[in-house]
Amino acid sequence: MSKAKEVLLNPIFNDNPIALQILGICSALAVTGNLYITLIMCVALTTVVTLSNLFVSLIRNHIPTNIRIIVQISIIATLVMLVDEVLQAFDYESSKTLSVFVGLIVTNCIVMGRAEAFAMKNGPLMSAIDGFGNGLGYSVILIVIAIIREFVGAGTFYGIEIMPLTTNGGWYLANNFFLTPASSFFIIGFTIWALRQWKTEQIEEPEFKISKNSLEGEKGAA
Amino acid sequence: MLEAYLSIFIKAVFIENIAINFFLGMCTFLAISKRIQPAIGLGIAVIVVLGLAVPINNLIFNYFLKADALFPGSDLHFVGLICYIGIIAALVQILEMFLDRYIPALYNALGVFLPLITVNCAILGGVLFSIERNLEFTESIVYGLGAGTGWALAIVALAGITERLKYADIPEGLQGLGITFITVGLMCFGFLSFGGISL
Repeated sequence: MSKAKEVLLNPIFNDNPIALQILGICSALAVTGNLYITLIMCVALTTVVTLSNLFVSLIRNHIPTNIRIIVQISIIATLVMLVDEVLQAFDYESSKTLSVFVGLIVTNCIVMGRAEAFAMKNGPLMSAIDGFGNGLGYSVILIVIAIIREFVGAGTFYGIEIMPLTTNGGWYLANNFFLTPASSFFIIGFTIWALRQWKTEQIEEPEFKISKNSLEGEKGAA
Repeated sequence: MLEAYLSIFIKAVFIENIAINFFLGMCTFLAISKRIQPAIGLGIAVIVVLGLAVPINNLIFNYFLKADALFPGSDLHFVGLICYIGIIAALVQILEMFLDRYIPALYNALGVFLPLITVNCAILGGVLFSIERNLEFTESIVYGLGAGTGWALAIVALAGITERLKYADIPEGLQGLGITFITVGLMCFGFLSFGGISL
């Protein structure tokens, strides 16, 4: 059972799809301005990646290698269409706000990457767990960004007013920068920094090192 | 007439840049932006594929999938996604064979990037945006080319900055991905300034 736990928990901090594997950033950042929308996106992506891993894994021994990408994409696209239809049926407003980003789960590299890298080689149960874990890893980063952006940008948490805005007679002057797309780049950049200070083995080796100033070296020798 | 097209183009390149403002194609964007040369190759490939995929999918949507398009009472929009992605994949494949046969120089320059473009969200994103905004056929050609140009511009600019950044002394944890994100964030400011342009 410990393997299952490892497969489930590893993608959350140790092998995070966004922070380490650089996957799935595409459709992720644009939807983090508001926590509710973000949660919907996370649920949608986690559902798709879990189910796609499950189904790809179930038929993995019947897929000819040459056309596996097409088979995977068809499975993923079908799942995304289902999720999109369900969302439009039950929460039309949010589906309008998310606009094309639900559809873009099709080309989300996490889904494709996990199907190709894990589900093609492992059993259905493990694959489903792996998909769910990666969905969670994606969700953790997204939710952190969304909380920061919504809190600083609008003074609210999940739509509940925490810091009353000056425009509503309160004291908090909203920082509109955090509502622009630019802010999520900074937040995710610093999140990665924080994560790598904690898990130092994730630090990338620099391509070049600046050598010590030669004068300083001489002084040290003297 | 021409002005309307120009405005769509400028809007797609600068004001609603598909990479910077909508985060599309980010994975390739961050992975390939270490050197200028491959970034230019990928940029050209994206312009070509977007310029073809957006108008073709626009036609497919308007003549087959839209409500009442095929015959009165038909509505196939829900199979849209699978059609678009299939068409993009087929298109990339055909383009690859065509370039290999007739323009081998460009084919060699693009190399491995061409097949990768199938799963680049910038392409599918451009297609979905053009359909969501109800663009006409000619407008969609202009939009596709504009969105591609915008993406290419952004990745070449980022590659230029990253090439210079190797001379900088960056904190350990920020190496690589972290600093790239922050650079893109700063570039985003530059592109935000275009937001004031009204056309």
